[in-house]
Amino acid sequence: MEFKDYYKIMGVKRDATQDEIKRAYRKLARKYHPDVSKEPDAEARFKEVGEAYEVLKDPEKRAAYDQLGANWKAGQEFRPPPDWDQGFEFHGGGFTGAGAEGFSDFFESLFGRGFAWSGRGGGRTEFNARGEDTYAKVLIDLEDAYHGGSRMLTLKHSELGSDGRPHIKERTLNVHIPKGIRQGQHIRLARQGGSGIGKGEAGDLYLEVEFRAHPFYHVEGKDVFLDLPVAPWEAALGAKVKVPTPSGPVDLKIPPGSRGGCKLRLKGKGIPARPPGDFYVVLQIAVPPAKTDAAKAAYREFEKALKFNPRERLGV
Amino acid sequence: MANDILALLTGEVLEEDVELTLAELCYACQVPAERVIELVQEGIVEPSGQNPAHWRFRGVSVYRVRRTLRLQQDLGINIAGAALALDLLEEIQTLRMRLRRLER
Repeated sequence: MEFKDYYKIMGVKRDATQDEIKRAYRKLARKYHPDVSKEPDAEARFKEVGEAYEVLKDPEKRAAYDQLGANWKAGQEFRPPPDWDQGFEFHGGGFTGAGAEGFSDFFESLFGRGFAWSGRGGGRTEFNARGEDTYAKVLIDLEDAYHGGSRMLTLKHSELGSDGRPHIKERTLNVHIPKGIRQGQHIRLARQGGSGIGKGEAGDLYLEVEFRAHPFYHVEGKDVFLDLPVAPWEAALGAKVKVPTPSGPVDLKIPPGSRGGCKLRLKGKGIPARPPGDFYVVLQIAVPPAKTDAAKAAYREFEKALKFNPRERLGV
Repeated sequence: MANDILALLTGEVLEEDVELTLAELCYACQVPAERVIELVQEGIVEPSGQNPAHWRFRGVSVYRVRRTLRLQQDLGINIAGAALALDLLEEIQTLRMRLRRLER
């Protein structure tokens, strides 16, 4: 088992005051809280910080930890010395709420599991035989939200083994994707969460839906956007063009005198929620390349005929 | 759970199909009713119905309540602060989505 340097994790000196430790924890907790943070490893870091704080904020545990000596290095192979905690009396309670189940073997070898599982203010300590609700993020295609249908989803979850420790398991579920679902919404699957204790029912499984990035559609809530390249003459003179949508191609009339960046709305062609979202076509004026002499000549003609100053608004 | 592999699981969309009573919300979030009533008073979750016995919460309340409680517990902020954080986080999420579209 690896030694954990709780002072290093918290970024404080070994002689830091309790106030300094608390301040360091608050700062790190805000930075890595999984509800707030966008850091990719936020959850792991938050647990690590919670574990360090659990030890350092409690003068009893901190003193016991300090007893191990300052010569240990983070990551070094560690085995607690026999009777290392003799004479220390630990009092439970006052849990940081960082999620005890994620504490490391290192923590457990020093302070035991009993500590970790007791004293949390929230739900877990209440006597309740129902299984825990679990949560997973799933990636689906935007098209699934348009048409609905079933998808095979592979989920990883941890299960308590017969040795009383969590093990990572994988399972595949065949899940109905309801038509009209949007990014960030949750599908609740009854009794597919954590197993109950004793005769208790299993908890529910919540699947948070996220769309796989699409090469040309972009989703915002229930509205879908498409950047549509148009030729300068199509924008200037108006045109009827074919436009792809997730529910199939449609004919779109581009009004004469359209500018780049202007949005055309296809009402109700967004995600078929209740009520359905809209589909927006954002015009992008594509400039034809001037590679041949004929193309260059055409551009010169253009220039002569139009007397156009694109920077007029800038006063130059 | 071997039979799950073939069986088609149909769920509800929490944000659309699910409505909860006060008791159901407390059960789903594993909190006593007093806590939920506090959150209602702060406007963090907004049930329809006249009084607690008739309250009906939208499914998304499950997430708002859990998130608020986690923020309170882990960051040591009070309910008003957690409510503010929740609103700001939702706004950031909306803005991030828009930013992703515009930055392509």
